[in-house]
Amino acid sequence: MEVSKRVVLHFPRRLVEQPVIYRLVKDYNLEFNILRASITAEPEEEGLLVLQLKGEQEEYDKGVKFLLKSGVKIQSLSQDVTRNEVRCTNCGACVTLCPPGAFELDPKTRQVKFDHEKCVACGLCIKACPPRAMEVHF
Amino acid sequence: MKTIAEINEKIKQGKAVVVTAEEIIDLVKEKGVSRAAQEVDVVTTGTFGPMCSSGIYFNIGHSQPRIKLGGGRAYLNDVLAYPGLAAVDIFLGANALADDDPRNRVHPGDFNYGGGHVIEELVAGKDVRLTATAYGTDCYPRKRLETWLNIKDLNEAVLFNVRNAYQNYNVAANLSDKTIYTYMGVLKPRLGNVNYCSAGQLSPLLNDPHYRTIGIGTRIFLGGGIGYVAWQGTQHNPNVPRTEAGVPKRGAGTLAVIGDLKQMSPRWLVGTSMYGYGVTLTVGVGVPIPILDEEILRSTTVTDEEIYAAVVDYSDAYPNRKPDIIAEVNYAQLKSGTVRLQGKKVPTGSLSSYPRAVEIAEILKGWIRRGEFLLTELVAPLPGAESGVTFKPLKERTLEI
Repeated sequence: MEVSKRVVLHFPRRLVEQPVIYRLVKDYNLEFNILRASITAEPEEEGLLVLQLKGEQEEYDKGVKFLLKSGVKIQSLSQDVTRNEVRCTNCGACVTLCPPGAFELDPKTRQVKFDHEKCVACGLCIKACPPRAMEVHF
Repeated sequence: MKTIAEINEKIKQGKAVVVTAEEIIDLVKEKGVSRAAQEVDVVTTGTFGPMCSSGIYFNIGHSQPRIKLGGGRAYLNDVLAYPGLAAVDIFLGANALADDDPRNRVHPGDFNYGGGHVIEELVAGKDVRLTATAYGTDCYPRKRLETWLNIKDLNEAVLFNVRNAYQNYNVAANLSDKTIYTYMGVLKPRLGNVNYCSAGQLSPLLNDPHYRTIGIGTRIFLGGGIGYVAWQGTQHNPNVPRTEAGVPKRGAGTLAVIGDLKQMSPRWLVGTSMYGYGVTLTVGVGVPIPILDEEILRSTTVTDEEIYAAVVDYSDAYPNRKPDIIAEVNYAQLKSGTVRLQGKKVPTGSLSSYPRAVEIAEILKGWIRRGEFLLTELVAPLPGAESGVTFKPLKERTLEI
């Protein structure tokens, strides 16, 4: 069964120069799409990659095990951009600004639904939300 | 014909028939205007959107020794407030910022915190820091004051919004090649999106287009508590193009509203950041419309489809005060999610929360049904289309030395 997941990978300094992603493709047949990449100057964390990974469930699981064994920290992206449900006023200002269209206005209730799965953590909604209900945690 | 006194009698007995401005639409389709006007006593309206010309004034009580803040400086959580009113009266506007707020020095600025947020925190019962300086007099010798303030300890704390509840407004678009950051939100280039800001068929003044019942003295839902219409709002402009039913097709009437901040709630007064533009306050307003005759009832049946607004380019036409508009669209089209402009399918976004407007109309309906809210007769009407009141532009008169 094919799976498609968005993940946030934190690379320790010693791994930054190793072709870890290449191995995911070569050894586990996973398709990858880079959503965001950065190498920081933090002494504890040197590399950050936000990826969309697609492949067979079994291979995906093996690929994740490989990453963990290599010392890469993995987080599911959908946990990183959250909506503060108390602050959200359901105004709808976010709907047209989200590139992957993760916000949808329910035509009946006119409430805004946030689909974590579609979110690529680009961050556009964070500042554009008038009551500042969107929060991003990496 | 009914009178407000008769309706209030029914309210006191818990017998008033109250529906929201949304419910009345289907009710009239079913029963017709005549029967509905006889049966329905009150139609409630609501709106919840950013309303910049909002603020509070409050009295902090005297310190020992006394201090006169008038003519001095005062900050609330470092946000600039206005103390030019007597000794210990302070005014805080929703758009106020801290002196060191970077604003748009690196554009677009974040505008994370300002007057609107201080107001929300105060209403929520949080402590707010006052830092003030004064020039000192014989009777008010003190020159510095730093203290925590809490709304519970203030004397008067009054929400006084000089312009709220706009009767319709522009729809904002961007014809330029760069994203722009406006009070109507983030606008993507080349008609990438358009934003509107109105509760449409639920909006107070759009349900009383000629101000027959909403006027000075009208009791309203304001910020979660009770308020009153104090005056026409600034920029009140009854003299705009209207449909045959009298519904304005441009921003027209406005309300200046006032109420006791202590009985309001942070759910209905939300500090708001408009990226690249500034800080403001999102305010909840709800106005009851007494159904005194068929004409008044008919006005409350207005639907989104019958309310038109002008799509204005905010990259050039708006900032340069050019009168051109891109198109006229109605709110049903806007709420569908896309509108057709210059041959393109353009996604639409809202700044005004329709679900919250529905909630306000429902809350007000509940208050009236349970006899907790009586209607008022307007003390003086808002200026109408024949009054000559318009929204004039500034005629600059250059100074000559």
